[in-house]
Amino acid sequence: MSYNINNKGYYGEFGGAFIPEMLYPNVEELRQNYLKVMAEPEFQEEFNQLLKDYVGRPSPLYFAKRLSEKYTTKVYLKREDLNHTGAHKVNNTIGQILMAKRLGKTRIIAETGAGQHGVATATVCALMGLECIVYMGEIDIARQAPNVARMKMLGAEVHPALSGSRTLKDATNEAIRDWINNPVNTHYIIGSAIGPHPYPDMVTRFQSVISEEIKWQLKVHEGRENPDYVVACIGGGSNAAGTYYHFLDNEDVGIIAVEAAGKGIDSGESAATSVLGKEGIIHGCKTLLMQTNDGQITEPYSISAGLDYPGVGPLHSHLYKSGRGEFYSATDDEAMTAGLELAQLEGIIPAIETSHALAIFEHKTFKPEDIVVISLSGRGDKDLQNYIDYFKL
Amino acid sequence: MNRIHQKLQENKKLLSIYFTAGYPSINDTVSIIEDLEKSGVDMIEIGLPFSDPLADGPTIQASSTQALKNGMTTEKLFEQIKDIRKTVSIPLIIMGYFNPVLQYGVEAFCKKCQEVGIDGLILPDLPVDVYAEQYKDTFEKFGLKNIFLITPQTSNERIQFIDSVSDGFIYMVSSASTTGAKSGFGDEQTQYFERIASMQLKNPQIVGFGISNNETFTQATQYAKGAIIGSAFIKHLTNKGVNTIDAFVKGILN
Repeated sequence: MSYNINNKGYYGEFGGAFIPEMLYPNVEELRQNYLKVMAEPEFQEEFNQLLKDYVGRPSPLYFAKRLSEKYTTKVYLKREDLNHTGAHKVNNTIGQILMAKRLGKTRIIAETGAGQHGVATATVCALMGLECIVYMGEIDIARQAPNVARMKMLGAEVHPALSGSRTLKDATNEAIRDWINNPVNTHYIIGSAIGPHPYPDMVTRFQSVISEEIKWQLKVHEGRENPDYVVACIGGGSNAAGTYYHFLDNEDVGIIAVEAAGKGIDSGESAATSVLGKEGIIHGCKTLLMQTNDGQITEPYSISAGLDYPGVGPLHSHLYKSGRGEFYSATDDEAMTAGLELAQLEGIIPAIETSHALAIFEHKTFKPEDIVVISLSGRGDKDLQNYIDYFKL
Repeated sequence: MNRIHQKLQENKKLLSIYFTAGYPSINDTVSIIEDLEKSGVDMIEIGLPFSDPLADGPTIQASSTQALKNGMTTEKLFEQIKDIRKTVSIPLIIMGYFNPVLQYGVEAFCKKCQEVGIDGLILPDLPVDVYAEQYKDTFEKFGLKNIFLITPQTSNERIQFIDSVSDGFIYMVSSASTTGAKSGFGDEQTQYFERIASMQLKNPQIVGFGISNNETFTQATQYAKGAIIGSAFIKHLTNKGVNTIDAFVKGILN
């Protein structure tokens, strides 16, 4: 069994491109070109050069000694938090901006929730001198002011999404509507492993540098390429997709996903899509999503704005349904506690999204000889106010 | 004979109106349909509201949000229109997004449509290739015509494919836009309308998006069999209420 995408754009039964005809030419242009463009030596060279000199890759694979001692297992942290702009998001925006240039696009749009993907997009648009419009829910604009300021400083226009619940899902709707209205000159940089085919695959491939590096870095540390487990937090699932990618078909490597349980799975305020979701269509792809019995998409909740999405990428739906992935969920409280613990044991303040992955130790006990690689997807600077409020710092 | 086919054979330009079921008030659905027919409308698209209507502009979005707040559901719509064929004889089409249909069950949804007398469906986010492979047989089993969209960016080759899968009419989106975004037509639209007219497709075309008054209705139907008005009608309902539908329709046709 393969866990990767098939030639029709599906992971098992999930994926595809459920888009209105107005979007078909754009998505089809991308579908026909993305693999070809990514395989071009000049593209590869430019992409890798920017990842190295601009993003600061490879990101370290750090053996977390005190964390390992505490949980009597061997824990490595993949330090995506050390990337330029502070998270894994930039791996994808670098790739997509180069793709957009190859396709002759001059105008870039993106959606953002917490603002991390918006900042990563605004950054690469500044780098390439392209016009940049970021859609962001009106409510998120109010609660993520520093990232809004960053995007503006980088020259992006931030457009408030005023429809629906005025958060990430509505920002995504608005970005899609913009693309429908501007079909010729615009490229839409989706920030997660979601959306119509080929987006989930393209984003996953750009993020796959994470697992590619883990393999050779672990070889240096431990004399073996494959850990026993890879662990990542999942909202839409782009850091997870990149962390798992090169291990998908190697069943000796356990795949662990940690979703946001919010105030508890049964609290009505949660974002644990694999447990609470049902198969359906969201933002152009068939996947698991949180919805009413009537098929209306519902609003998720998590303390982490980056995990506050009612769906999950189709790859992850497939990993869940097939049993290849082990899915857990961490509550707000568990995540915040795990974030504080990492700060005090290792001197690293993680993004609250990442703190969910770190809360895995609340849910699973590893063997002393296990090698567990956790994707440290982002740094916590942006979340300082949340940490201050939560811990009364 | 299917009511859509019958209507398309009439020797006139057709006016089709879209409205969102359950808007402005939950129980307006049936009276709006009846009033539209009495006013001389040829065909009606009943909008099944969805939480995330990504092909729609602000007007239809807002009407969908309100309809859902009013308590509209798929089951409720079928309940409201269960006796509609006792009073209404023009073609009725349900227009909505695919997810609510998928959750209802595609076969159950189609069966229910046939029972209440729905003639066709427009589901913009159900792509033609997926339809042809997975759902065509089910739709046909229950006598439903599935209507596909084409846009100025759709290639001729794809238009031929859509024409071959269609059995009714083709929904010709006038410009690259969401609903209600643009009003009026320029040279670009005229060229597009002429290009499609010259393709001699087996299915007639009905133009939608950007039609709001008598002038745009006349322009659109110069090249096509008919035209669809959505956002402008929703705006009328919002501003003038449900009692002046006749005046709105007369304003378009005269």
